[in-house]
Amino acid sequence: MSDKDQQLRVSKIQNGTVIDHIAGGQALNVLAILGIDGTSGDSVSVAMNMPSDRLGHKDVVKVEGRELSQDEVDVLSLIAPAATINIIRDYDVVEKGRVERPSVVEGVLECPNHNCITTENEPVDSRFAVGDDGVRCEYCDTIIRDDLPAHILAE
Amino acid sequence: MRHDHIISAKQLSRGDIETVLDHAADIAADPGAFADRHSDTLLGLLFFEPSTRTKMSFTTAMKRLGGDIVDMGSVESSSVKKGESLADTVRVVEGYTDALVLRHPMEGSAKMASEFVDVPLVNAGDGAGQHPTQTLLDLYTIRENAGFDDLTIGIMGDLKYGRTVHSLAHALTTVDASQHFISPESLQLPRSVRYDLHEAGAGIREHTELDEILPELDVLYVTRIQAERFPDESEYREVAGQYQIDADTLAAAKDDLTVMHPLPRVDEIAHDVDETTHAQYFQQAHNGVPVRMALLDLMLGGDQ
Ligand SMILES: [Zn+2]
Repeated sequence: MSDKDQQLRVSKIQNGTVIDHIAGGQALNVLAILGIDGTSGDSVSVAMNMPSDRLGHKDVVKVEGRELSQDEVDVLSLIAPAATINIIRDYDVVEKGRVERPSVVEGVLECPNHNCITTENEPVDSRFAVGDDGVRCEYCDTIIRDDLPAHILAE
Repeated sequence: MRHDHIISAKQLSRGDIETVLDHAADIAADPGAFADRHSDTLLGLLFFEPSTRTKMSFTTAMKRLGGDIVDMGSVESSSVKKGESLADTVRVVEGYTDALVLRHPMEGSAKMASEFVDVPLVNAGDGAGQHPTQTLLDLYTIRENAGFDDLTIGIMGDLKYGRTVHSLAHALTTVDASQHFISPESLQLPRSVRYDLHEAGAGIREHTELDEILPELDVLYVTRIQAERFPDESEYREVAGQYQIDADTLAAAKDDLTVMHPLPRVDEIAHDVDETTHAQYFQQAHNGVPVRMALLDLMLGGDQ
């Protein structure tokens, strides 16, 4: 079965954003990184571990009533580099895009160095430079190479 | 040189470094010529952890330029104790002074603080992070004694935890020095630092024994190995003992070897070395004043 057929298993949305081709098992991290936790009343549907020709298994996230900006989705490249983004209006895909690796991510990850000033009660967001094989805290130089999802800031 | 703040030695190009060191040499040659240079200047000292020596050195530098200092005093007696953020503290104090010097126990504190102020800010140590004026005075001492051309330097001791070492190694890469790191295996350079140095094109080699490299060195930079890095006292004594030098050790060195140490030392350099021509660690400490004078003068517009 093709990816397209599988998508039908999740209900279609009228207006909003479909994030497809998320690596299997990463859907909840995608929601966390986007700061979507259901409290704002967004209608969100998640399909996990769908068979995918390209990825083996993939997750799909649909957010009703919200069009995500390129800046918002680019942070997904850290955990879901193959993700595709479809903006939906009146049940039609009006925009298709991919995530691009940003040079910097702000306020998304928590620095694992407990002695880093960004972990204190200061009026500053965490800021990481995105490199080829990891991200680096711009304040204390700590590098995160593996398991980025574990460092996603709780909202 | 155009930097609003001095946060890390890594931000300095070779040209920047030479500019500061040249200016420091000019000041050291004729300090009197700079005595009234900044007579209206007030430097704010924000030391969130005690570092008497560094504070005295900055105070001396500012006063030798004709200026004065205002000191936050100890953290116990300040608003910080009442829970004020660092961002608030620096925004208040920048209104009192023309420049700030910050020492703080957390990494990244100086960079963050600099984002909240318009006056120049100098990082005087942020936790295990950066201490650029120490690096500059080390470089000054190296250049005065051995020069940067064809420089071969050995850095010995605790290479794992020593921020002085990491920062110096980056700067030595900028001036194309050949670097040898001598330490017990448990205290070798952290992987991230080694990686960065390689990325920057550094020529580095690692050793566990000083003997094999000592005769080639122009400079030997010794750092302290701390007892708390070891599980027990006897292991510490055994390991640390292999990285102590005395006058006999240095018999195998070049006649013009320069021995440096960021001080305070405990017993990693025996007192009999003090009497040799190799010993430059007291001069190194003294060099902190002209180097900090040069940096302050440049930051406060002395090059205009
Ligand atoms: Zn950090």
